[in-house]
Amino acid sequence: MISLSRLLAIIKKEVRQLRRDRLTFGMVVGVPVIQMLLFGYAINTDVRNLKTAVVNQANTHLSRDFVAQLAETQVVDIIGFAQTPEELEEHLRRGRISIGVFIPKDFDRRASVRSRKAVHLLVDGSDPTILGVANQLRDIPFGFDTQSRASTDTRIVEVRPYYNPERRSPVNIVPGIIGVILTMTMILFTAVAIVRERERGNLELLINTPVTSAELMIGKIVPYIVIGMLQLALILGVGRLLFDVPVRGSIIDLLIAACAFVAANLSLGLLISTAARTQFQAMQMMVFIIIPSILLSGFMFPFDGMPQVAQYIGEILPNTHFIRLTRGIMLRDAGLGELLPDLYYLIGFTLVAMTIAAKRFTRRLD
Amino acid sequence: MLSEYAIEARGLSKHFGELKAVSGLNLNVPRGQIYGFLGPNGSGKSTTIRMLCGLLTPTAGNATVLDTEIPADARVLKPRIGYMTQRFSLFGDMTVCENLQFIAEIYSYPAADRAERIRDLLAKYDLESQRDQLAGTMSGGQRQRLALACAVLHHPELLLLDEPTSAVDPQSRRDFWENLFRLAGDGTTILVSTHYMDEAERCHRLAILDHGVKVADGTPHELQDSTGMHVVEVLADNPYAAQLALHDTQQVASVTQLGMRLRVLIPNRFDDPGHIVSSALARCELGADVQISQATLEDVFVAVTMEAQR
Repeated sequence: MISLSRLLAIIKKEVRQLRRDRLTFGMVVGVPVIQMLLFGYAINTDVRNLKTAVVNQANTHLSRDFVAQLAETQVVDIIGFAQTPEELEEHLRRGRISIGVFIPKDFDRRASVRSRKAVHLLVDGSDPTILGVANQLRDIPFGFDTQSRASTDTRIVEVRPYYNPERRSPVNIVPGIIGVILTMTMILFTAVAIVRERERGNLELLINTPVTSAELMIGKIVPYIVIGMLQLALILGVGRLLFDVPVRGSIIDLLIAACAFVAANLSLGLLISTAARTQFQAMQMMVFIIIPSILLSGFMFPFDGMPQVAQYIGEILPNTHFIRLTRGIMLRDAGLGELLPDLYYLIGFTLVAMTIAAKRFTRRLD
Repeated sequence: MLSEYAIEARGLSKHFGELKAVSGLNLNVPRGQIYGFLGPNGSGKSTTIRMLCGLLTPTAGNATVLDTEIPADARVLKPRIGYMTQRFSLFGDMTVCENLQFIAEIYSYPAADRAERIRDLLAKYDLESQRDQLAGTMSGGQRQRLALACAVLHHPELLLLDEPTSAVDPQSRRDFWENLFRLAGDGTTILVSTHYMDEAERCHRLAILDHGVKVADGTPHELQDSTGMHVVEVLADNPYAAQLALHDTQQVASVTQLGMRLRVLIPNRFDDPGHIVSSALARCELGADVQISQATLEDVFVAVTMEAQR
């Protein structure tokens, strides 16, 4: 039994307090914008302009042609030339370059006969991304018009990526980042909500009034759903303006998915709030949810590539399901109807978490 | 049938693990009176009040509050009681007026009368000039008036006040008690805990708690008449030396120094207490003026807590 007037009283109070809490209010706007800029600009998985030095001992027309073609890929940025491979090793060790290109004296002969590799790439293997890029460089076709036999032997593999043909990271990252930002802020808001009132003593007053647990819980969640939508708009706006991220599917579908996701996170926050004794404890518990939400949700690493156990954990997290929804709706132009299992999961998660939270929250002090 | 008592507790106990916060408390609080709980910190006052409003479940015993069994029916009771917590528990980031409004809404006070009731409370509790001030920025006395206004907004039949005056100045305390008497005059039953003797003296009846046990109860007069002790007041030239001398006297139960004066408690079973005191002092060659006196509530408190320890 929920009294609408008491529920409204709680909502009104929450909004009032939120309006006066500048730090929280700053978080509503600040976290999405800052995170978007950070992730949008810094996380760049399409690697370009790796600092490179070249040792060209052959110094023939053919070898110079090869270096020019290498530079054209823009993957490497040739910042200098050296005389010996030892010099390249030195530069690598000092971190001045990521890749060293060594072309031996007999380059022309090696390239035509193909008995031995004509070029050696010295790679800074401490960064797996760079190593991956170097492996790709091996596959780049180099055409040698002087040798007709060689051209048939050249690798001619062409990668043609769907959905993100320009291979721009922001396009892949924004749908995921919506989930990460909403996980962080939404859980934080409600995780401290009840603990804070307990710490300030307000709770002892509240539980002595006719307010029911359900009214208190729902009243605390409703204002933040609105805030979640506000953040969603902010993220989409920044994504559009700065990174040209499209929303290919229906915006209504996206809103429905986001509503379900925000509600799931808020309920999870409330659950934390009923378990924690202090605001600090609530924060500690949050870490256990936020880190897996970033690492195991498919945001950072492809979900199917993760070990089985990690996938099980990932399946529990609301963010995993939300990322599937947003990537589908925003990038693949999928309808919500095609993604129903993930939507249902979020709704179910909300109901279960809310029920446990309301049950756990006793109107007693002992 | 309605009980003549607002609160009846029978063998009410609350243990937190090893700690026996309250043990076997029997209590009868008549309607329309101010009933005091007097006791030092940790004597079980707060725990008792929290059990009576359903916040804590008793380990043993039971209680009837306003003809309602607690903690079983605590829900039904909530709208009929007002509770003022020991610590300020209203919302510091909301104004006085907003806090009152929130409480009115939470208690479903009729919307049509809300504005008038709040105006009325602002006037009665002298909060008109603070109406738009954030509660967190107010002084102790102002906060306490706001807390009381919020506790009585919905016209509760029973008011439970947990050390309401512990953080306010003497003048605010006087004003606060004026308000309590007015409320009691209107028929509200008030249970108030305190560790101030002067406040205890103002109650219609009171119970003295010590280590979770009720060691005495009655009207302040009854308590003063039934200490079982003679009270001797000594005006000594060297009160500290006199105190040491009296401590060593077998018949003397307790000595308390108040400036130049000493209050000496001697059990009733000894006759002629004045003589006991003067002869004890004479033996030590200490000059003093010795007089038989009336027991104050403080003497009662010292006497009963001493017995409990024995």
